Parts: sequence; C-alpha cells; structure tokens
Amino acid sequence: MSGGNFFASRWGIISVGAAIGILGPLLQKFGNPANMGICVACFERDIAGALGLHRADVVQYLRPEIMAFVLGSFIAALVFKEFRPRVGSAPVVRFVLGVFAMIGALVFLGCPWRAILRLAAGDGNAILGVAGLTAGIWIGTLFFKGGYNLGRASKSYVSVGLLMPIIMAGLLILRLVFPQIPGQPKSDILFYSLKGPGAMFAPVALSLIIGLLIGFIAQRSRFCTMGAIRDVILFRQAHLFLGLASLLVVAFIVNIILGQFHPGFEKQPIAHTMGLWNFAGMMLAGLAFALAGGCPGRQLFLAGEGDGDSAIFVLGMIVGAGFSHNFGLASSPAGVGPHGISGVIIGLAVCLFIGLTMRKRAV
Amino acid sequence: MKMAVTLDARGLGCPQPVLMTLGEIKKLQRGEMEVLVDTDTSKENVSRAAVSQGWEVEKILEEGEGYRIRIKKP
Repeated sequence: MSGGNFFASRWGIISVGAAIGILGPLLQKFGNPANMGICVACFERDIAGALGLHRADVVQYLRPEIMAFVLGSFIAALVFKEFRPRVGSAPVVRFVLGVFAMIGALVFLGCPWRAILRLAAGDGNAILGVAGLTAGIWIGTLFFKGGYNLGRASKSYVSVGLLMPIIMAGLLILRLVFPQIPGQPKSDILFYSLKGPGAMFAPVALSLIIGLLIGFIAQRSRFCTMGAIRDVILFRQAHLFLGLASLLVVAFIVNIILGQFHPGFEKQPIAHTMGLWNFAGMMLAGLAFALAGGCPGRQLFLAGEGDGDSAIFVLGMIVGAGFSHNFGLASSPAGVGPHGISGVIIGLAVCLFIGLTMRKRAV
Repeated sequence: MKMAVTLDARGLGCPQPVLMTLGEIKKLQRGEMEVLVDTDTSKENVSRAAVSQGWEVEKILEEGEGYRIRIKKP
C-alpha cells in the first residue's frame, strides 16, 4: 500500500537501509571518524561544539551531513507535495526529551545509527547499546499501551515549517564562509578541533551530496531506527525493521570490503567498555526517542518536511550536547564522565514522569 | 453513506494513528470504518496496518489538508 511511492514499499525501505549501509562506511573511508560515518547525535554534538555551546575541544565541527539531511528531506517534501507546516504537540516536552536523548546517547557514545554502524564494524560494546536501545523503546511501548500521547499538532504558518531548513541553510553558509584554517582552533566565529573526532571529516562536498541523498530517500521511505524496533514490539510489524536490518547487513559487508571490520570489545574507536552504562545510556536515549515518536535522524527528516515539533526536538538535542559536555555527562573512551551516571538516572526519572503523566484515553 | 465509525487521527504523530486503527479493528473484528489522517506517512502506515490485519483499503480520498481512508473487512 505505497500509493505509488516506491520508497514506502518493502523493497523501498530495504534499499534505503542498504544505501545508508554503503554511504555511512564510505564517509568514514573519506575522512569521517571511525565507526562514525554517520552519527546524528555525535554530529549534532560536534555542531554544538563548533558554535561554542560547549568547549570540548576534540568535538567541534559544523557537520554538513546534518544540514544536508534536513535540506534533502525539505527538497523531497517540496517535490512530492508533502511539505506540511505543523506544530503544537507538546513542544516543551519534545525539547526536554531531545535534551535527555542526547545525554543518554553521549553516555553510550552514539545514536542508534552509530550503534548499528559500530556493530557492523565489529564493536562488541554496541551489542549492549542496541540491547539498551531496545529496552528503552520497550518501556516506551508500555506507555503507549497505557494511553501516553503528546497530543495533536495543528497546521501552521509556512514560516513555521521553513524555519528549520532556513537555520540549517544558515549553518551551512557559515561552514562554507568560515572553513578551517590549518592549525587554527577557530575560524572567525566557528570553533574547529585540531585533534580527536572533531578533526576528522570527509570533504565538504562529499558530506553534502551524501547527506542530501540520504535526507531525500529517508523522507520518502520514513526510515526510522527507533520506529523499526518499536513497530516490531508494539504491532509485530517488520516493515521499518527491514530497513534497519538491511543497514546493518550492508554496512557489515562494506566494512569488510573497506577493511574497516575489527571485531572485539577492547580499544574500539570512540567507545568505552563499561557495559552497564552502554546499556543504560542507550536505554535512556531509546525511551526518549520512543516518547518523542522518532529516532534522531527521523526527527531531522520530519523537521525538513515542516514538523515544528521535531525541529524543537532537534534543538533540544543540540542544547543537550552543550549540557553533556559542560556538566561532564558525556563519556570518553576512558569510560563514563564524572556525572554521566547521575545524568542517566535523572533522565530516566524525567522520561518516566512524562510517560506516566501525559495520558489521554480518548483524544 | 455515513460511516458508523470514523477515527480522527489528524495532527497525531507516530505511532498514534496506527494504534487507534488497530484498536478499532480489534474491537470491530469486521465491518467498515474511516480513518482521517493529515500526512502521507500516516496514510501509508494506516493502510499497511489495516492490510496486515486482513482488512482491505477500499478507497483513499483527498480531503482538505489530508486523507480519508476507507477500510473494510466483509
């Protein structure tokens, strides 16, 4: 029942997962950090760093992939007449969920996209991350069964839908106007990393083209890493899951071909081995994504098609990255940050509060 | 003809439209109903969910800013 939209068919979602499975590892090959060809949470964190919202000097880069995701989705929505400006479904809750989704993801060191890419590159720690993600989404489905609902959005002004694409276009212009000056940590107003993952990036044009392509096909297919797992648990429907599985399998094959597959737990790139907190961090992120109705990628694509509530979730994630690094919540390869555990516990408490109190039997 | 059951899922994000549809399908077992949605994503998801339960998508009408999906199981 795709209504003429190939990407909404079974083979459509499988081909989108496969395309991401090829392009993610390729971006790594061309310069993005290890097992981080694409990571929505990490890249938004790097953007927060580039803008000076946090000052962790190893993770500062205005990642063009994020802007391209939104703009690619925006273009697809315009072309297929799906651009629908809307907002007003509990925006402040979405902001808070975005903040804690980021805090949880940075305790694990990756969003669901990177969790799958890490797994596909042999990082055993990602098994616990994916397990935690599933556990968090499962808790979210219990709330849905109990009547949890963020309420309706309303149609709104065209400018409401345009703001996020405009913000992203503005950031992209900043990236192009103020490129990195070799050896300098700052280029006018933008911060750059001289070492660490923030110093590793693919050529801008390549990041942009791949990002636009993924944004376009993800908008058409409604690709969502959280929805993939949620729909299996909640409805026993495997449609979106086929996309996620295809991403994992294809990324695994591409990593082997490119020599990027290194199985093990120890010394995995930009990862730590504290299993419990890999699990718990992702559990928090999974719960927050479930309560907000989409994985961090999906939130970008929705923001591109005019969803103001998803735009607020994205802004929440970027602000959350600021808190994560300023408050010592984010992990490093050495392990969890000094206050990471507190961050996860507080985040879970906030999500439970939201899930338990926002119920409406009949809307 | 006016439908006995019309679900209004407009303005609701994932997974609400599908949850509402599946809940009603479970209640009715068979018959006819209409679901109002306002995004293409919801249109696809509701149709897919109905088909997965052995229901048939009879008609999808464009209505206002969204769609009226008529599903049935005789």
